[in-house]
Amino acid sequence: MTLMHKFMSAAAGLALSAGAALAEPALIFDLGGKFDKSFNEAAFNGAQRWAEETGGKFLEIELQSEAQREQALRRFAESGANPVITTGFAFADPVNNVAGDYPDTKFVNIDGWLPEVPANVQLIGFQEHQGSYLVGMLAAMTSKSGTIGFIGGMDIPLIRHFGCGYAQGAKAVNPDIKIVANMTGTTPTAWNDPVKGSELTKAQISQGADVVYAAAGGTGVGVLQTAADEGILSIGVDSNQNYLHSGKVLTSMLKRVDVAVYDSMKAGGAMETGGFTVLGLAEDGVGYAMDEHNAALVTADMQAAVEEAKAKIIDGSLEVVAYYTNDSCPVLDF
Amino acid sequence: MDFLTLIQILDSTVRLATPLLLACLAGLYSERAGIFDIGLEGKMLAAAFFSAAIAALTGNVWLGLLAGIVASMVLSGLHGLASITFRGNQLISGVAINFLASGMTVLIAQDWFRQGGRTPSLSGGARFSPITLPFAEAVEDVPVLGPIYSELISGHSILVYLAAASVPLTWWVLYRTRFGLRLRAVGEAPEAVDTAGVSVVGLRFAAVAICGVLCGIAGAYLSTALQAGFVKEMTAGRGFIALAALIFAKWRPWHAMWACLLFGFLQAVALRYQNIDLGGLVIPVQVMDALPYILTVVILAGFVGKAIPPRAGGEPYIKER
Repeated sequence: MTLMHKFMSAAAGLALSAGAALAEPALIFDLGGKFDKSFNEAAFNGAQRWAEETGGKFLEIELQSEAQREQALRRFAESGANPVITTGFAFADPVNNVAGDYPDTKFVNIDGWLPEVPANVQLIGFQEHQGSYLVGMLAAMTSKSGTIGFIGGMDIPLIRHFGCGYAQGAKAVNPDIKIVANMTGTTPTAWNDPVKGSELTKAQISQGADVVYAAAGGTGVGVLQTAADEGILSIGVDSNQNYLHSGKVLTSMLKRVDVAVYDSMKAGGAMETGGFTVLGLAEDGVGYAMDEHNAALVTADMQAAVEEAKAKIIDGSLEVVAYYTNDSCPVLDF
Repeated sequence: MDFLTLIQILDSTVRLATPLLLACLAGLYSERAGIFDIGLEGKMLAAAFFSAAIAALTGNVWLGLLAGIVASMVLSGLHGLASITFRGNQLISGVAINFLASGMTVLIAQDWFRQGGRTPSLSGGARFSPITLPFAEAVEDVPVLGPIYSELISGHSILVYLAAASVPLTWWVLYRTRFGLRLRAVGEAPEAVDTAGVSVVGLRFAAVAICGVLCGIAGAYLSTALQAGFVKEMTAGRGFIALAALIFAKWRPWHAMWACLLFGFLQAVALRYQNIDLGGLVIPVQVMDALPYILTVVILAGFVGKAIPPRAGGEPYIKER
């Protein structure tokens, strides 16, 4: 009998530890795909760093269509994954719908917004306008023609938010600067159309632009390529894209999605939920990339000016207006 | 809008219309022979990937082009096998090809290059570079005609000129050769062709093969001339716009060219101006993007002329019922 007991308790112990091992974090990539060299790749890098440092494992899935969002969330929640991290604004509503059914699972959404946040959901946002402001300053200081360009992916408030910060930064350096802004499209294919990105770049060049900022996911690859081919400078987004065309990418607006994912995975099931986390310049959640590929393009003076603005934004003496404040941009019409 | 802007928009039109035109002509051969082909998108995508991949591996863009054409022809062969030999449903076979290409390209790209479903960036001899036509620089300063020649006509990659040349060639093949007559006949009345002792299956396979070649060139143009590498789903619906252009052109080669140029022009305008202000009336950019489809529906509905597809289109040929 005692032997039986021992077996039973051993089996129970095994089952318990199996249960604990199952509580791996899960990461769901948005339609841009895991290796978009940008937003989703940054999320993947954060998860990868967590896995290397802790020796843990994480579950992941790349979505193929809109319809899979809720399905993927439920699948991970039911398999015991915790927390379930999603990337992309489009996940906010599916997370909201699903969260109530799995009260013991924590959900994280990066970039999303909800009017009311369920108790087990944490929304992580970035102050993209602050980072964009800084690269906008760099663009205006570099531009010789007095015209700079902005190419957005899908036309959504988030991307306008990028463009608005960029325009404000550029205008702060040169009030007379002309900003040509274009969006690639209004459907998710706008994130993956480098040919269109390339044509938009050519159109902006012909309008005089000599620095172009691409906030367009995979479409941005075409923008950076064409800018390099045509001999103008470009600005990358989300991840550090300076290396893609060394010496021809002025800088990249960093959005530390990797840090957000890393921190969420590190906190695991114990993370705080039920509200918003906002990562800005102060938290090093956004910034601009400097490395050996663009060292020759950004002078010490330029960097000093940007650092000064950065300090001012952090201490609150300089305010960059967010597009969301009144759904319009004070210095740029879209 | 000044003259130079117009030239730039037309220049952009030519670049955007070229892949549409090649795919449209590809569809024209296939559909004129009675094989509906909604797999144009998939074939272009596969060709775009294989041409970029082989160009990246060998450093030679011509080998890349060849690989793209072969890949596209293999998919065409598959479509032919399913819909001609085994008399399957042509639409379903086309959809299957689109899915196959969409998944397969990313999978193979990831396995070969480990860059997340894309190919490395191409440079130098691995890309089609713009060709400057003779005297382009000499006539640059001639008013009106100078910029038209040096900006608009000169300075495209060789595939653009190839696409332009394939329009009269297609017209000549379809309307002035025996093969063309039989090709058209097989799409209208295959039983008549069969009675005359000509192989319906052979003709249809020939049409599908030509379709594969043209789609291959279209795909290679996207990834090795317009772009410097393959990105997943980079065709972004161009195969479907080409199909719309084909219907808009009522399955005729010269009309196909004008339809593709019109659709390309609409895209170019949409890319140049976010919103078009016509004295108080603002046309949002989405209208321009949707216009090709709207125009096609209008044509299909019979408001402006009538689009009558080849009579035997979509039906597998069965000898003796």
